[in-house]
Amino acid sequence: MASNVHRPAHAPTEPYDVEHHVPKRVYFAVFAALICLTWVTAWVSTIDLGSLNIYVALSIAVFKASLVVLFFMHVKYGTRLTKMIVGCGLFWLAMLLFIVMADIWTRGWMGVPGR
Amino acid sequence: MDSETAVVEQKPHHHPGYGETRHHFENAAQQKDASTIGMWVFLLTELMFFGGMFMAYFVYRQWYPIAFASASNKTNLWLGAFNTTVLICSSLTMALGVHAASMGKKKLLILFLFLTLVLGGAFLGVKGYEYHDKWVHHEVPGAHFDCEDCKDAAHAPLFFSLYFGMTGLHASHMIIGFGILLVLIWQAYKGKFTSKWYTPIEMFGLYWHFVDIVWIFLFPLLYLIDRSGRGLH
Amino acid sequence: MITATAPLKEKKNYINAEAGLKSWLLTQDHKRIAILYLIAVTAFFMVGGLMAALIRIELATPAGDLLDSNTYNKVFTMHGVIMVFFFLIPSIPAILGNFLLPLMIGAKDLAFPRINLISWYIYMLGGLCGVIVLLSGGVDTGWTFYTPFSSTYSNGYVVLTALAAFINGFSSILTGLNFIVTVHRMRAPGMTWFRLPLFVWAHYATSIIMILGTPVIAVTLFLLMLERGLHIGFFDPAYGGDPVLFQHLFWFYSHPAVYIMILPSMGVISEVVSTFCSKKPFGYTFIAFSSLAIAVFGFLVWGHHLFVSSQSAYAGMVFSILSFIVAIPSAIKVFNWTATMYKGSVRLDTPMLYALGFIGLFTIGGLTGLFLAAMGLDVHLTDTYFVIAHFHYVMVGGAILGYLAGIHFWWPKITGRMYPEGWSKIAAGLTFVGFNLTFFPQFILGYMGMPRRYHVYPPEFQVFNVLSSAGATVLGLGFLIPGIYLIWSLKYGKVAGPNPWGATGLEWQTSSPPPTENFEITPVVTTEAYDYAALAAREQMQEVTRLG
Repeated sequence: MASNVHRPAHAPTEPYDVEHHVPKRVYFAVFAALICLTWVTAWVSTIDLGSLNIYVALSIAVFKASLVVLFFMHVKYGTRLTKMIVGCGLFWLAMLLFIVMADIWTRGWMGVPGR
Repeated sequence: MDSETAVVEQKPHHHPGYGETRHHFENAAQQKDASTIGMWVFLLTELMFFGGMFMAYFVYRQWYPIAFASASNKTNLWLGAFNTTVLICSSLTMALGVHAASMGKKKLLILFLFLTLVLGGAFLGVKGYEYHDKWVHHEVPGAHFDCEDCKDAAHAPLFFSLYFGMTGLHASHMIIGFGILLVLIWQAYKGKFTSKWYTPIEMFGLYWHFVDIVWIFLFPLLYLIDRSGRGLH
Repeated sequence: MITATAPLKEKKNYINAEAGLKSWLLTQDHKRIAILYLIAVTAFFMVGGLMAALIRIELATPAGDLLDSNTYNKVFTMHGVIMVFFFLIPSIPAILGNFLLPLMIGAKDLAFPRINLISWYIYMLGGLCGVIVLLSGGVDTGWTFYTPFSSTYSNGYVVLTALAAFINGFSSILTGLNFIVTVHRMRAPGMTWFRLPLFVWAHYATSIIMILGTPVIAVTLFLLMLERGLHIGFFDPAYGGDPVLFQHLFWFYSHPAVYIMILPSMGVISEVVSTFCSKKPFGYTFIAFSSLAIAVFGFLVWGHHLFVSSQSAYAGMVFSILSFIVAIPSAIKVFNWTATMYKGSVRLDTPMLYALGFIGLFTIGGLTGLFLAAMGLDVHLTDTYFVIAHFHYVMVGGAILGYLAGIHFWWPKITGRMYPEGWSKIAAGLTFVGFNLTFFPQFILGYMGMPRRYHVYPPEFQVFNVLSSAGATVLGLGFLIPGIYLIWSLKYGKVAGPNPWGATGLEWQTSSPPPTENFEITPVVTTEAYDYAALAAREQMQEVTRLG
C-alpha cells in the first residue's frame, strides 16, 4: 500500500537541542572551571609528587576535556547516538594505547631472549 | 499493490540554496541530525589520527623518562599556559557564537566569530614564536640538532620530533579552522544564517572544540613533564 | 520477468537522465558515482594484475632472468600497494555499496552526496600519485613499508607512495562516514534495523572499521613521510626509536583493513545465497551480529603480524588466542550460508557459482589463517609462500569472487542488461580452476620453506612454481572474459526487468536501471527481510492484475 507520508519513523521531529537551550551562565561556569584547572595543573606540575605527577596531570586533562565535550559540544543534551559515538571513539583509542603498551610493558617477562 | 494509481513524485530539477533542505532529506530536522552525526564521526577519525602520535609519545616517554623530562623543561611553561588559556577563551567565544546564532543575533554572532579568530591567531602567533625559539636554540631535530644541556641527549630528538609533530599537526588544524572561520564570518555578514538554520556554525564549533581538547592534552604531556626537576638531579 | 530484446521507448533512468561528460564528473547521484568508481577501480585492477603477471613470469624459472632483484622488489611492492589500497579496499563498498545502499534502505541518496563525489576525486588524486610513482620507477619496500628500510635506506619513491596511500585513506574515511550516517538516519519508514538486508549490515560494520582504523595508518604514513623527508627520528634506532612501533601502528589499521576487504564480500554472498536458494538466510541475526563482531574483534589481533619481531612473547600469546577467536564469527557465517542452502531451491546461476566458490575458498583461506595464528607454526611459516597463499585464498578466492558474484548479480539492476550466461559460467569455471592451480601449490612451497619477496629460488621449488604460473594464466583469462562480455552486454545484452532473479529487497522493486531518485514513491516497508512468500504473493497479484 503506497503511502505519501514521508516522515521516517526515526527522524527527529525538531532540531535535537531546541528544548535544551543551554543558558549562557553554563558556558561561563565551564569556562571559569577550565581556566582554573589550567593554572592548577601548571602549578601542580612544579611540585614533586613523584610518579603521581603524570596521573594528576592526565586526570585534570580528562576532566577538562569532559567539560568541553559535555557542555561546549552539547553532548550532555545530545542524542543517544551522539553519546555512543563519543564512547566508541574513546574505547577504540584506549584499545590502541593499552594493547600496544601491553607489548611494551611485557617485554622481557617470558625470559625469551630478545622478547 | 495498485501501481496504476501510483503518484509519480518527480520533483522539478531545483538546486537548493544555501540552508534549504536538500532533496534526499525528508525535512530540515533530519538533515541537521545527519550533519551532526556526520561531524561527530569525522571527529572520531580525528581522534584516532592524533591517537597514533599519542601512542608514539607514550612508548618513548616510558623508555626515556630522563630525556623527555629534560627536553620538556626546555619548553616555556608560561607561554604554554598562556596559549592554553587563549584556546579555552576561544572555545568560550565559539560556544557563545553558536548560542548567538541560535537566537538569530547576527551582529553578536559575527563578533564572537571574530573574537574566536583573533584568539586563534594569537595562539598561532605564540606557537610561531616558540618554534622560532626552538630553531634558534638548535632544538629542531635534523642535521642542526644540538640540544645544549639536555640530559640523555642521545634520545632528546625523539621528544622534539614528537613536540613538532604533535603541535605541528595541531597547528595545521588551527590554520584550517582559521580559514573556515574567515569564510563563516563572511557568510554571517552576508546574512546567510538564521535562528532556523545555522548548521555550519554549529558544526564548525564542534571542530573547534575538538582542536581545543587536543591541546588540553598536549599542554601537560609536552610542557609539564617533571617541572619540579626531581628526576633531573 | 525478462522482456523482449529492445524496448520501444527507453524509460528515464539515472544513465540517460543527463548527458555529457560534465554531468557525470559533477554528478551527486550515488549511482553515477558508483560507475565512476567502477571504471577507476577496474583500471587499477588491470595495472595490479599486470604486476602479478610479471611476478609469475619471473618465478616460472629459478634464476632471476626476467627482472633483477631491485626491479622485482618494485614490482611486488606496486602489486601489493595497488591491489590493497586501490582495488580491494574500495571495490565493493565504493561500487556496489555506493550504488545499492540507498536503494536497499529505500532512500533517495546517501546522506552526503557531495562528499560522495569528493571521495571519488580524492581517490583519483591518490591514484594519480600512485601512477606517478609507477612511471617514475616505483618503490621497493613492500606494501608494508617497514622501517628502517623505508625511512632510511630505500632508494625508491617512498614519500610519494606513502602520500598516495595517505590521500586514498581519506576517500575510504568519507565513504565510511557517509554509509554510517545513511544507515542510521535515511532508512525508509518501516525499515527497522532487523529488516535491513545483510549486505547493509556488512557495509555498516565495514564502515566502522574504515572510520576507526584508517586514520591510524594515515598518521603512521605521515610520521614515515616526516622521518624520511625531514630526518626526524620516530622509528630510527639511532635516536632510540623503535621500528616495531611502526609495525604496531601500521598493522593496527592493516589488519582490520583485511576485514574491510572481506566483510562487504560476505554481505554479497549473503544476498546471493539467499536469492538462489529462494530462502531466508539461516540465522539472519547471527550473521548480522557476526559482522559487527568481526569489526570489533578484528581490531584486537594485529600483533599476529609481529610474532617474529621483538614484540614481547607475552603479547604474542595474547594476540594468538585472540586471532583464534576472531575466526569464530566468520565460521558462523559459513555455517549459516551452508544451512541456508539446505532444503533450499538451489539454482546454479553465475552469481551462485561464484558464491559457492567463495564459501569453499574462503574456508580454506580462513583455516590456514589459524595455522599462522599459532605462534610456534608461524615462526616457520611467516615470510614464506604459505602466507602468500593464505591471504590470496581469502582476498582473491574470497573477496574477489564475492566482488564478481556481486557484479554479476546486480549487473541487470545497474545496467538494465543481462550478461551472457554461457560465457559467464565458463569464466567462473576458469577463475576457480585457475585460482586453485595458482595458489594451492604455494601452500606447499611455503611449507617447504620458499621465502616470499625473492625473485630467485632453489631449483627444487620449480615444479610448483611452474604450476602456479600456469594457473595464473588461466586465472588471468578468467578475469579477462567477464571484462569483455560485460562491456558487450551494455549494447547487446538481453534487456532486464526489475527483478530477473526473483530476489527480495527494495532495490529489486524499482526499475532496471533505476531512476535518478531511486523510487517513484518512497517505499514503506511492511514485511520482514527476505520474505520470499510475500514476494511470490506480490508477483501473483501483479500477474492477476495484468491478466485481469
